[in-house]
Amino acid sequence: MNKEESIKEDLLKKFSYLDGTFNIVRARRISITVGLENFNEVFVYIAKQMHFGHLCTITGLDEGERLGFIYHLADESGCVINLKTSVSKDNPVIKTVTGYFPGAEIYERELVDLFGAKVEGLSEGNRYPLTDDWPLEQFPLRKDWKGRENA
Amino acid sequence: MHNSEEFKIPFGPQHPALKEPESFSVALKGEKIMGVDIRLGYNHRGIEKAAEERTYIQDIYLIERVCGICSHAHATCFIQAVEEIANLVVPKRALYIRTLIAELERVHSHLLWLGVAGHEIGFDTLLMYSWRDREVVMDILALLTGNRVNYGMNTIGGVRRDIDPEQIQQTLKAVDILEERTKYYIEVATQETTIIKRLSGVGVVSYDDALRLDAVGPTARASGVKRDIRADDPYAAYAEISFDVITDDHCDVYGRTVVRVKELMESYKIIRQVLKNLPEGPIAVRAPRMIPAGEALSRYEAPRGEDVHYVKANGTDKPERVKIRAPTLANIQAVKHMLKDRYLADMPIVIAAIDPCFSCTDRLVSLSHIDSRDKKTITWPELHQFSIEWHKQQGIDFTQLNKQLEERLKKC
Repeated sequence: MNKEESIKEDLLKKFSYLDGTFNIVRARRISITVGLENFNEVFVYIAKQMHFGHLCTITGLDEGERLGFIYHLADESGCVINLKTSVSKDNPVIKTVTGYFPGAEIYERELVDLFGAKVEGLSEGNRYPLTDDWPLEQFPLRKDWKGRENA
Repeated sequence: MHNSEEFKIPFGPQHPALKEPESFSVALKGEKIMGVDIRLGYNHRGIEKAAEERTYIQDIYLIERVCGICSHAHATCFIQAVEEIANLVVPKRALYIRTLIAELERVHSHLLWLGVAGHEIGFDTLLMYSWRDREVVMDILALLTGNRVNYGMNTIGGVRRDIDPEQIQQTLKAVDILEERTKYYIEVATQETTIIKRLSGVGVVSYDDALRLDAVGPTARASGVKRDIRADDPYAAYAEISFDVITDDHCDVYGRTVVRVKELMESYKIIRQVLKNLPEGPIAVRAPRMIPAGEALSRYEAPRGEDVHYVKANGTDKPERVKIRAPTLANIQAVKHMLKDRYLADMPIVIAAIDPCFSCTDRLVSLSHIDSRDKKTITWPELHQFSIEWHKQQGIDFTQLNKQLEERLKKC
């Protein structure tokens, strides 16, 4: 069994609800989708127990009614797990992962500014990357935001 | 600045080169840095949004301009993701040419850094000579691509220009010259007591902290973290090439210097292998204008560390989403850690040591009493001069070394 298959088996043994959400894209790339309610335990297990100790970045996505978030976790052998979750745009609240990855602070601020995500537990601090006088409720990477109209 | 009261110093913000410009607000007691508050984003250009509104072909040129120094890094990282989604098999010759340009880019970037580092500590002869030598590699890049930066070599499915035997010979000749020079720089960096004294123990980030803070590139490797995407997650032709991942356990600016100069030697090794084993055949395959729906994450070891691009395609000729994480952004938390409890005089070299292109512009530093509105301003060159004079008083003086290097290189 190759490495990607064994990661899948290990995770399915631990979290049976992940069945059907796996996609082994190619060597060293695995995508997993998880509901927000189970996100934390899967994230912590992958990061701590499976030693995916490097958070490459967090990608935000506008998926229409929902906001998607992909946490790109890498291990020392170069394997990356893209752990996806999503929340409703009406109440886009996710929990911070800075407790596990202090470097994630800047990635989460990016989600706040560009997608309008609300990150619970994220410490007070400077915004990133938009200016301090950027209008409230304008999130440039949402699909309905058009640069020229808002200028 | 010789005051026991606490000051807060706004430091920055303009930074023309990258997606991540910096502004540091430094709390200072006397000459000691008590804490650093970082504000980024002043140069945010909305490239990710702009990429969604352009075709894949237009995006190659847009994304190449994320960074002037690592332009090939960003373009290649993006294109790899697109090619993975489109399921394109890129010809081997194209992968080798991409690797060649990547390593030439690393050589020019590391030589540039060596000069900046020399300048920041008052060793300006090193700046003059390393930048002179950098011209050798810039000429080769111009010869192969037509440009000194923003090479425009990539296209979806391969590269746009082939290289001929004459160009290979010229490149090999240049690599021989650069290798000789680099050997001398390694000697200077590892044996000159003035350099060792000046850089040791400055900007320390331990192995555990480098891992915890997700540091990347030479910054992580100088703290003993063996993390190099070329070896861990090989792309282009790296899986077929042998090279060593250089690490160091000094965990400070000295270690970062050693890692970079030694990496230059590895780059020469890679370039020679690429040119020796360059496969025959086409340099590109035809790519569809519409990229099928899908997504991919691409990683690339840029000169400054891991570059990450995520691309989501929706079946049209424009991407649904392009996400870019440049290496400096990943190293910002480590800088914050490195500066704490250090002296103001070490700030220029500590910031320069992650190689953020920060030192290439003059900027204004304003000093103000933390409890009053009185402001005093000093310029970046003044802070730079203060740093050099401060260390002269501590017994670290590069005047003699500057002269020695001039004498020695005059004979070459």
